[in-house]
Amino acid sequence: MALSHLAASASRSSSLLKPLSSALSLRRSISGDNSPLTVETSVPFTSHQCEAPSRSVETNPKELLTFFRDMALMRRMEIAADSLYKAKLIRGFCHLYDGQEAVAVGMEAAITKKDCIITAYRDHCTFVSRGGTLLEVFAELMGRQAGCSKGKGGSMHFYKKDSNFYGGHGIVGAQVPLGCGLAFAQKYSKDETVTFALYGDGAANQGQLFEALNISALWDLPAILVCENNHYGMGTAEWRAAKSPAYYKRGDYVPGLKVDGMDALAVKQACKFAKEHALKNGPIILEMDTYRYHGHSMSDPGSTYRTRDEISGVRQERDPIERIRKLILSHDLATEKELKDVEKEVRKEVDDAIAQAKESPMPEPSELFTNVYAKGLGVESFGADRKEVRATLP
Amino acid sequence: MLGIVRQKMLEQSLKKIPPAVSVLRSYSSAAKQMTIRDALNSALDEEMSADSKVFLMGEEVGEYQGAYKITKGLLDKYGPERVLDTPITEAGFTGVAVGAAYYGVKPVVEFMTFNFSMQAIDHIINSAAKTNYMSSGQISVPIVFRGPNGAAAGVGAQHSQCYAAWYASCPGLKVLAPYSSEDARGLLKAAIRDPDPVVFLENELLYGESFPVSDEVLDSSFCLPIGKAKIERKGKDVTIAAYSKMVGYALKAAETLEKDGIDAEVINLRSMRPLDRSMINASVRKTSRLVTVEEAFPQHGVGAEICASIVEESFAYLDAPVERIAGADVPMPYAANLERMAVPQVEDIVRAAKRTCYRSVS
Repeated sequence: MALSHLAASASRSSSLLKPLSSALSLRRSISGDNSPLTVETSVPFTSHQCEAPSRSVETNPKELLTFFRDMALMRRMEIAADSLYKAKLIRGFCHLYDGQEAVAVGMEAAITKKDCIITAYRDHCTFVSRGGTLLEVFAELMGRQAGCSKGKGGSMHFYKKDSNFYGGHGIVGAQVPLGCGLAFAQKYSKDETVTFALYGDGAANQGQLFEALNISALWDLPAILVCENNHYGMGTAEWRAAKSPAYYKRGDYVPGLKVDGMDALAVKQACKFAKEHALKNGPIILEMDTYRYHGHSMSDPGSTYRTRDEISGVRQERDPIERIRKLILSHDLATEKELKDVEKEVRKEVDDAIAQAKESPMPEPSELFTNVYAKGLGVESFGADRKEVRATLP
Repeated sequence: MLGIVRQKMLEQSLKKIPPAVSVLRSYSSAAKQMTIRDALNSALDEEMSADSKVFLMGEEVGEYQGAYKITKGLLDKYGPERVLDTPITEAGFTGVAVGAAYYGVKPVVEFMTFNFSMQAIDHIINSAAKTNYMSSGQISVPIVFRGPNGAAAGVGAQHSQCYAAWYASCPGLKVLAPYSSEDARGLLKAAIRDPDPVVFLENELLYGESFPVSDEVLDSSFCLPIGKAKIERKGKDVTIAAYSKMVGYALKAAETLEKDGIDAEVINLRSMRPLDRSMINASVRKTSRLVTVEEAFPQHGVGAEICASIVEESFAYLDAPVERIAGADVPMPYAANLERMAVPQVEDIVRAAKRTCYRSVS
C-alpha cells in the first residue's frame, strides 16, 4: 500500500493540543475537506479488450472519511442482522454482505443517483449506499410497516426507485437481463445515464446473462455488468463451477476489467471508467475480486467449504475497512480515537434503528391484498377460505 | 378443408399493403369488416402513435414485418429504435423488456408463439408479475406479452399448447384472450395502456378471419375494459363459456342447438384473469346449465376454475352437472385425423350442451 506521507504517529500534530484534543476533534467532526489527494490502488487493474485506467485514484479526506463511516455502518448493520436472525426476529433468507462493503461504497462514489443499480439478494448494503435508511432495512427484515417494502418483500426484495435502486432479486441471474433492460430504457429515454447490474460468480454461468450481454453489445446499451466474485456460489467454489474463472474475460468481444473489490478506491476508479466507457461504447464487465465473511446465508456456517484460516487470512490482509483506516491514519486525516468514535457512533445508530424498527407494527391484514396490481380494477381476490376472506383489489 | 379456407384468407390479407384501417371492405353501408391481423396492427399503430414510451420487441417484428405480419409496416413508420428485432433468446430479451418496464417505458413483447414463452417464464412470473407486490407499489411493470397461443394446424406437440391456465393462475398478471376484431383492438389497446403486466393470448388461425367493426371500434380512443366478459349470444337454456377460437365454435354449436329447440347463451370470456365470475354466475343462475369450452389441456384448466366458481357461488341454481369440453389430454399429434380428435369440435359442444339438458345425444 502506498504511503505518500511519513508514517509518523497520527497524533503528531495534535500532541501539543492533547488536553483540548477531545473537544477540538469533536468540533472538527472529522468530516474532512475536499483537498485533493492521490492514492494508488492496491494492485493495478487487469484489462480485457480495453486499456486499463490508471491505478492512481483521485480522492480527498472527506471522501475517505465517508468511506470509512459508511463501511463501518454497513459492517455493523450486517452483524446486527446476524444477531437478529439468531434471535428469530428475522425469518427466511438473510444473505449478509460483510466483507464486500467496498464494492457498494466505491461504486456509489463514482456515479449519481440517476444511474441505476440492480443486484441479487445480497442487497442490504447496496440499498443503504443508494440512500436507504437503517430503519427501512431492519424494519423490512423484521417484516414491519416501516420497512422499505412495507414488510411485504423481505431481505431479498429491497427497492428504492427514487434513487434508481431496482432491487433486490431472488432468482439467480435474472437481475442481469433486467439491468440491461434498465440500460435500454435509459438509452431510449436519452438520459445519458448508465446501469450497474451486479451478480455473483455463481450467477456468472447463467445463460440469460450471455443473452443479455449479446443484446447489450448489439444495441450499444449503457450496461455495466459487475461480477462480485467472492469465489463461492453458495457452497461451490468457483473452480468447481466455472471452467474459466476469468469472469472479466467471459464477455469475449465485450471489454472487461478485473478490480480489487476490497479496495474502495479501486472500485471507484473502475466504476468511473466503466461509466465513461458504457456511455460511449456500450457494455463492459467489471470483475470485483471480493470476499464474504459470512456463509452464503444465515443457514450456512460458511466453514464447511472454506477453511477458517482462509477467512481470517482475508480479514487480516484485505479487509476493506482496515484498508481505509490505515489510509486515513497514514495521511493524518483523523486520529485512531476519532475513528473508533465513529465506529461507536455507528454502532449506536444501528442499535437505535433496531429499537425503532422493533416498535414498528406488522402490516395490517388488509395489506395482504394491496399492490397485487398497480390498477386493481375493483377485482375480487380471496384468502385461504374464500367464503371467509375476500377483498376487492384497489 | 377448413385449413384451405383459412389459407386463402391469409393470402388475401397478406396482399394488402398498408397496415391499419385502409384494409376495410364494406359489404354494406352499415358494417365494416376487419381481420384480426389488421385489428391488432391498427391497435399497435395507434398506441405507439399516442405514447412515445410504447415500443415493440420480438423476433422478426421489424424487417420481416412480423412472423404473422401483425407488426407489418410499423418499423417503417416508427423506426428501429421503437421496433426492435431481437435475437432468438427469449430469456434474455424478455428480461431486458421487463427491466425497461421497471424504468418506466412500455414494451410490447412478441413471442412468436407462447410455446417459446416458457423459456422466459421466470421473467414473466417472478420479474414482472410479482414485483409491484414485493416492492409494495414502488415498482410497477407496464408491459404486454403478446403472441399466438394454442393449437394451430399440423404444427405438432411442441408448438400447440395453450398457456391460458398457467398464466391466469398467477396473481399480479392480467391475462386476456380476444376472439373478434373488436376484442383484438379494444383489449390490446387496454393492455398497452394498463400499468400492470398483461399476457395477451392471440390465435394464429384467427388472424385472417374478418369480423364486423363499428365506427366506435375503429376510433383510436376505443378501449375495452379488462376483466369483463361479453355475451355474444343471449339465450335461456344453457350457458356456453369459451375464449378465443372456441367462441366461434360455441356460436356455431348454438346455431345447431337452436334447431333442436335449445336456446344457448354464449359467453366470450375475453379475460382469463381477472375472470368475470359475476357475469358467468349471473348467466348460469338464469340458464341453470353450463358448458365450458377450451382448446387447452383439460386438467387444472380454465374450465375447471369456472366450474369451481359456479359450485361455490351458484350451486343451488344448477339443474345439471357442469360439462367441460377441452383439448384431449395428450400432447398434440401431427396426423390430421388424430389432430382433429385432439381439439374440440362443434359437435362436442353440442353433445355436452344436450347432456346438460338431459336430451339424448344421438
